[in-house]
This record gives sequence, C-alpha cells and structure tokens, in this order.
Amino acid sequence: MSGVTPSQTVGPYFHMGLLAGRDTNLVDPGDPDAVRIRGRVTDGTGDAAADACVEIWQANRAGRYAHPEDDREDVPLEEGFTGFGRCPTDEDGRFEFVTVKPGPVPFPDGRAQAPHIDVSVFARGLLNRAVTRIYFPDEEERNAADPVLSGIDDAERQATLVARAEGGDLVFDIVLQGDGETAFFQV
Amino acid sequence: MEQRIQTGRALAGYRRDDADDHPPYVHADYRSSLIRAPKRPLIILPHTLSEVTGPAFGHERIGELDHDLTRQHEGEPLGERIILHGRVLDGDGRPVANTLVEMWQANASGRYRHPVDAGAHGPIDPNFSGAGRCLTDDDGRYRFVTIRPGAYPWRNHENAWRATHVHFSLFGPAFATRLITQMYFPGDPLFFQDPIFSAVGDPKARDRLISTFDLEATVPEWALAFRFDIVLRGRDATPMEH
Repeated sequence: MSGVTPSQTVGPYFHMGLLAGRDTNLVDPGDPDAVRIRGRVTDGTGDAAADACVEIWQANRAGRYAHPEDDREDVPLEEGFTGFGRCPTDEDGRFEFVTVKPGPVPFPDGRAQAPHIDVSVFARGLLNRAVTRIYFPDEEERNAADPVLSGIDDAERQATLVARAEGGDLVFDIVLQGDGETAFFQV
Repeated sequence: MEQRIQTGRALAGYRRDDADDHPPYVHADYRSSLIRAPKRPLIILPHTLSEVTGPAFGHERIGELDHDLTRQHEGEPLGERIILHGRVLDGDGRPVANTLVEMWQANASGRYRHPVDAGAHGPIDPNFSGAGRCLTDDDGRYRFVTIRPGAYPWRNHENAWRATHVHFSLFGPAFATRLITQMYFPGDPLFFQDPIFSAVGDPKARDRLISTFDLEATVPEWALAFRFDIVLRGRDATPMEH
C-alpha cells in the first residue's frame, strides 16, 4: 500500500468547481497552425456521456513542455502557451479544443515519440480518470515508430488512439466501454 | 524509422499505485459505473517526459475570496461554518507547494447550485455558490472557509443518500499525479450504504478519504475545523532505463 489518497468520481456537478476558467482554446483560432480537435464521449450503451470532462496536456509546436522538468533549452518555449486544456462535454457528449500539433518529445531512451496529446476523462460513473492519448493521422511514419503506440499489440485498439481528419478538423471519439472501446492507459 | 532527437534523459517516473489504493473502475453497487467503466485491460503507459510534466497554475487564476465560500456573496450563507484545511504531500511526505486545489460541494441543505440538481430535498442558498480554489503554500498547506454540506438523496438504489462530502481536484507536479477525489466527515452514519465511498475496498485506503476533527485549528466562537491531508504519488528513486 502506497499511502496515496484514493480517487473518487468527479460526479455530475463538477462544472461548479472546475470550469471557472474554461480552457478550450490553447491557441488563437487565427493561428496559422491552429487545429480543431473535436470528438464525442459515449458509454457502453452507445449513449452520449453528457456530463464528462475532458482534459488535455501537450507540448508546444516545437515539442517543449511549459514545465520546469523539461529543461531542453535548445527547444523554444512559447509565450502564453500552457499546454493545458479542459472541456466539459455538451448534451450530445461533444467536446472540442483549438490547439496546435505538438512537436516530437523524447522517450526516456532518447527515441522520439510521435506527436501526441495526453488525455484524462472524468465523469460520473468513472471512479478513477480514464487516460488515453491522441495521435495524429498525418504522421503514419512517426506513429509506426512510436514506442507507446507501436507497443499496443492489438491493431484495432492501436487505431483508437489516432484521430481522423474530417472537414478540416481532427476527430477523436472516446468510447468508454464496449465495441470500439478506446485504448486506455494505466499511468 | 527510428529518429533519435537527443541522447537519453535520466528521467525518474512516478511510483505506480497499488491495485487497492483506488476503487476499481467497475463497482457493481455503483450503478453508473456499469455502463461507463472501461472493461478492457489497461495498457501500462511508461512515464515519459509527457507524463512527468503537467500544467502549472499561478496566482493569476485565483481571486482574493476564492478560498472563502462564506464571503462570495452579499450575505452570509446559512449553515454551520467550518474551516477545511490540510496539506498536500507526496508519497514520501514532502509538501507539494504551489499546486492548484479546486473544490466544490452542496450547501447546508444538501443542494448543489447546478441545473442538474433540481432536487426537492432542499433549497438553493442565494449566498452560497459552493466552489472554491486556492494554491498550496510553500509548505503544501491549503485552507478553505465554507459551510458544512448536507447529505442528499440520489437514485442509485432504494432510499440512497450520499454520505456528506466535498469534491477535491488536484494537479500536483505532473500529468501522472492528477487526482480528483472526495473528502468525507468523520463518523458519518451514511458510509455503509454509499457505494462511491465503499468502492475503495481497502479500509485503510478508505480512511484516507475521511477528514479528522481538528480542535487546534478550530476558531473559538466562530467555526469548527476539519483537517484533510491529501497524498499524491511519490517519485521513483531511480531513473527509468535510458
């Protein structure tokens, strides 16, 4: 036993406490590199999860995290870019962020990871967060070499982590349970 | 293709939680978990630079009265004023400084100021929003002044009532340390039938969700105090392979 405080569900009322600052635009929508990532959270019956909260964490377009642990001075920080986003789902289970594709960041052994965004999903019914990653569809080569993505044996599960391009946006649906269940991580 | 963008970085990950530290995703007594909990085995995510970093929030996001839920409106809210305080620590007992603590709760009648809670069990209090936030100090301390929340009914099972609780959200230093939890009050008679509380199977882990009455921090003739220390994961002593 490690002595940590156990997780509990966020419940249906988190909007009161967590959304004082709604963080869905990580960059200005007019930014030449801006990309809209949108998706839908659904449950095991295929219904929309209308009271989920999706959070993202990512490096900037150069691949640097705005965090003291990332001290690679040869990779530039970007003024105003926090790398954090948070969006409640709407009545149809939908969420969206406006951000940029992050640059490559290193795996502990020095290999590059493909551009990716870490995701936490919180919702009533989830006693602990569900963690996943968003990868980019136009990065086939780097995705194939990514140590995390390529480490997932089941090709179908692997595919759930790659967003799809649709109407100029990227779409990343999150299936909490059942057919097409998103690959979730133990972090 | 194997692209190397630099030589390996000595990178210590965070200690993995034990299986009984947290509730399982599926807890049959908690009805909503049955259709929302992931069922396929989780994939172990190595702690890379992406997971040992995380969002940092500064004082610019915190209003002067955000920690005092009794002074956010014209008048004082109804109910029993309490001080809710504690420290945010890592698994090695070190303080987690300058980290954002967000909390939200029902009012003294057990009613949330939220459109989904249309319950007939109690009225909205015009002087109580029920949400607070603050940053921990250098010693990992946080402190809220609020109203003791009431119990409220829900539809999980016949005659179901949530044990009295306050929701807490913490980031800690990294993506890997993110935690959302609920704090309970000592001696609550509703524990035995609350499946969210009892989903934590290990009684010792469950006890860590219960605040303690704190006479020392109680302010005479003004407010009782309850202490809730929150422990986030500690860091691995040794770096990952590189």
